[in-house]
Amino acid sequence: MTAELVRGQNHPLSQARLEIRVSAGAPIVAGATLSDESGKIQGVEWVAHPGTPILPGLEVSRQAAADHRLAVDLDAVAAGVHRVSILLALPTGVGRPVGFGSLAAPFVAVTGLDGTEVASYTITGLDTESAVVALELYRRQGGWKVRAIGQGYAGGLAQLLTDQGLPQAHQLAAGIDEAVAQGLARAVPAPPPRTADGDRSRQAAASALGPEQSGSPYGGQGPQGTGSPYAGAQGHGAQTPQGPSDPGAGYPAGPAPTDPPTTTPAAAPPPTTGGPIDYSHPRRQNTPPPPPPTAPPAQPGQPAQPVAGDATGWSMEERLYNQVWGMFEDLARTTAAYRSAVDFADTRMEKELDDVLSDPRSRIGGQGDAARERARAKHTQLVDQARQVLDRDLAQLAAEADVVEPALPPAYARWDNPVWHAYHVPTEMPMALRLGDLHLPESDRLRIPMLVRLPLERGLWIDSGRSGSSDGSFADSHDLRRLAMESAVAHLARLLAVHPAGEFTVHVIDPAGSGAQALAPLVQTGVLAGPPAAGAAGVADVLGRLTQRVDLVQMAVRGGAADSLPPGFDTSQQLLVVNDFPHGFDDRAVTQLRYLADEGPAVGVHLMMVADREDAAGYGPLLDPLWRGLMRLTPVPDDHLADPWVGHAWTYEPALVPPASQVLQHVLTQVATDRRTGPR
Amino acid sequence: MTKGQAISLQKNDGGSLTAVRMGLGWQAAPRRGLFGSRTREIDLDASAVLFADKQPVDVVFFRHLVSDDGSVRHTGDNLVGGVGQGGDDEAILVDLSRVPVHIDQIIFTVNSFTGQTFQEVQNAFCRLVDETNGQELARYTLAGGGAYTAQIMAKVHRVGAGWNMTALGAPANGRTFQDLMPAILPAL
Repeated sequence: MTAELVRGQNHPLSQARLEIRVSAGAPIVAGATLSDESGKIQGVEWVAHPGTPILPGLEVSRQAAADHRLAVDLDAVAAGVHRVSILLALPTGVGRPVGFGSLAAPFVAVTGLDGTEVASYTITGLDTESAVVALELYRRQGGWKVRAIGQGYAGGLAQLLTDQGLPQAHQLAAGIDEAVAQGLARAVPAPPPRTADGDRSRQAAASALGPEQSGSPYGGQGPQGTGSPYAGAQGHGAQTPQGPSDPGAGYPAGPAPTDPPTTTPAAAPPPTTGGPIDYSHPRRQNTPPPPPPTAPPAQPGQPAQPVAGDATGWSMEERLYNQVWGMFEDLARTTAAYRSAVDFADTRMEKELDDVLSDPRSRIGGQGDAARERARAKHTQLVDQARQVLDRDLAQLAAEADVVEPALPPAYARWDNPVWHAYHVPTEMPMALRLGDLHLPESDRLRIPMLVRLPLERGLWIDSGRSGSSDGSFADSHDLRRLAMESAVAHLARLLAVHPAGEFTVHVIDPAGSGAQALAPLVQTGVLAGPPAAGAAGVADVLGRLTQRVDLVQMAVRGGAADSLPPGFDTSQQLLVVNDFPHGFDDRAVTQLRYLADEGPAVGVHLMMVADREDAAGYGPLLDPLWRGLMRLTPVPDDHLADPWVGHAWTYEPALVPPASQVLQHVLTQVATDRRTGPR
Repeated sequence: MTKGQAISLQKNDGGSLTAVRMGLGWQAAPRRGLFGSRTREIDLDASAVLFADKQPVDVVFFRHLVSDDGSVRHTGDNLVGGVGQGGDDEAILVDLSRVPVHIDQIIFTVNSFTGQTFQEVQNAFCRLVDETNGQELARYTLAGGGAYTAQIMAKVHRVGAGWNMTALGAPANGRTFQDLMPAILPAL
């Protein structure tokens, strides 16, 4: 029986293990505070929030979402805790709602583990408040009760935490905002929208449906099996542009809502349409698509033989791009199925073992042991079954990867791919660039190329800091800095190599010259716009020139006078690499850098920071938006990237040149020669 | 099909059903107004809840269109219903061969998000279709269905190595599937 609470009303709780479900119309942060008898939070360790999601007896989501499920086990809460307050807050940032008044009234429900609602409460009457205490669970006469609070705070989390007596309220509130923003920023950009044919489960479907269905790549799957949902959705016009699995409204496990909608694979016009800078590729759209390779009909009961390029697209490149994204999604989903099954098996076994313990009969003879044995056997059986399914899917994906990897063009290929030895300077920019590999612990062998669209939508941040290095073996920060610069150079070489001559210009700021060794291949071959800028004067000079350029292009585009740019104006894309930030930067230079980060991407000026965020800690929160706006990459394997469908933490590994390989030298020499002599 | 009737999703030729679709179609009821233009829009929503041993594991509905494992897919929210062509306005597709091993029941529900009862909806129906051959397995007419805002339609559950479907047709009230949980649990 559900009690629909009104503000101030309370309700007894008979169970200790509960779930608190929150739904709001937009992504919000959910957290919880613990307080003592007098209602005071005793310290920051008494607050569960996205940065510290797990406390004894309490678990909250790691990111902002429109729906949350918080897990509560009141038996496990420390004895000194007398009250658990559930709080909701709006994520901060540009373009986000400033008060709950602009959202639908948030709904919170306390439910049992089986989903039965115990009590629910709709928080109405909020206006400019950006944080609210929704419910509190409190001890009363040996048991627990829930009370509907609905107390909002216009001063946000900081005010809310202050009100509960936390001295470090402001720092913690800032920390929470930070953790949320990181959660939003760490997501891999959303995938391209799928077309009716792009559905990746078709291979499995085809094998199940029989050979006759897998013949035509374009229409055959449409009305069949799982191939049709997107076609149907387009008919209703209800699909969001963000991709099939992201309805925009958000969902706990969904993609980060800050992700800009990806453009359709047929390159959309950039914001500078009408200007002299045209990044689109008319040829790509005008070429009629050659027939894609298709998987031969599968033997009944056998998965179809994988074929490289078995996806939709106007060119082989686009088809491979879509195929890689398809493999990424398939791996995310099949792993989600496996993890969900294992979680369930664990919970069930735990519950069954608990039952055995509490059953007095089990103390007699071997009954208890037998029951425990049965519970464990059931667990093993289910996990084995789930593993079998996962292994089957992994084998299929691995077979696909085996044919896809060798077929990849240079921009998508690993540095050890032979395609790089046959490298020559391209005549047009590729759709996307491989920045590294992604994998999950369940499938260590299977690497998914991490492809990002070109031109870059966000700048890059190669993190030379120690935080979050997953294996901890790179304790030496000097080593990390060197590795960061090396991976930055590998990314730079790749960026230079995949752009046609004269379409990509790289400026480097290396104030102290600490990156000189890593930068040597770039400097020696002469592919940079000039020698790396050193010292404060060099920093000021490069930043000044790029700022002026951004101003100029912006004015021209906004004034609709794109033709009035000076003759001979360099229309190529610009990338500014900053090593050792903030060394050599004065306040003016920092302001200019932030300006470039904000305004640059729209006019083709991008940033690559090779930095340890700690070095710039002195600037305080001033630089937070800068870091947040960049895509963070690590020089060592690190699990900080989330997929846009399920939100697994994927381990990222940078695309590095194999040791002792001459491929970088070879490629850069080609690029340099081409620049001097013009395209052949 | 009638309430409570169970059918096996094994095909006659011995193969078992691999993909089913739950389709939902409706039209808003005409409402008297001066110019007849005040037809109120009605938003019905189809949802599917995946259960493992009576515990909800995942839900597919208009805010979460694909189950995390990818086996259940919603074609997208339709806010106003159809123009009376009789086609499905919302559909949920289930690839039974890809449903995770621990999921043993999938419950399909329909609810009225805008709050109108089924009495106010015209030509509303809900059906389950074998996706492999388009054959309709079950069909309910919701229109004139009484003063309810929701219905627990049917469940598809594991039996041995295959799947069975049971028509439930239990009326309930609620705006989204969350409100229906108490009504769903007895049907498990």
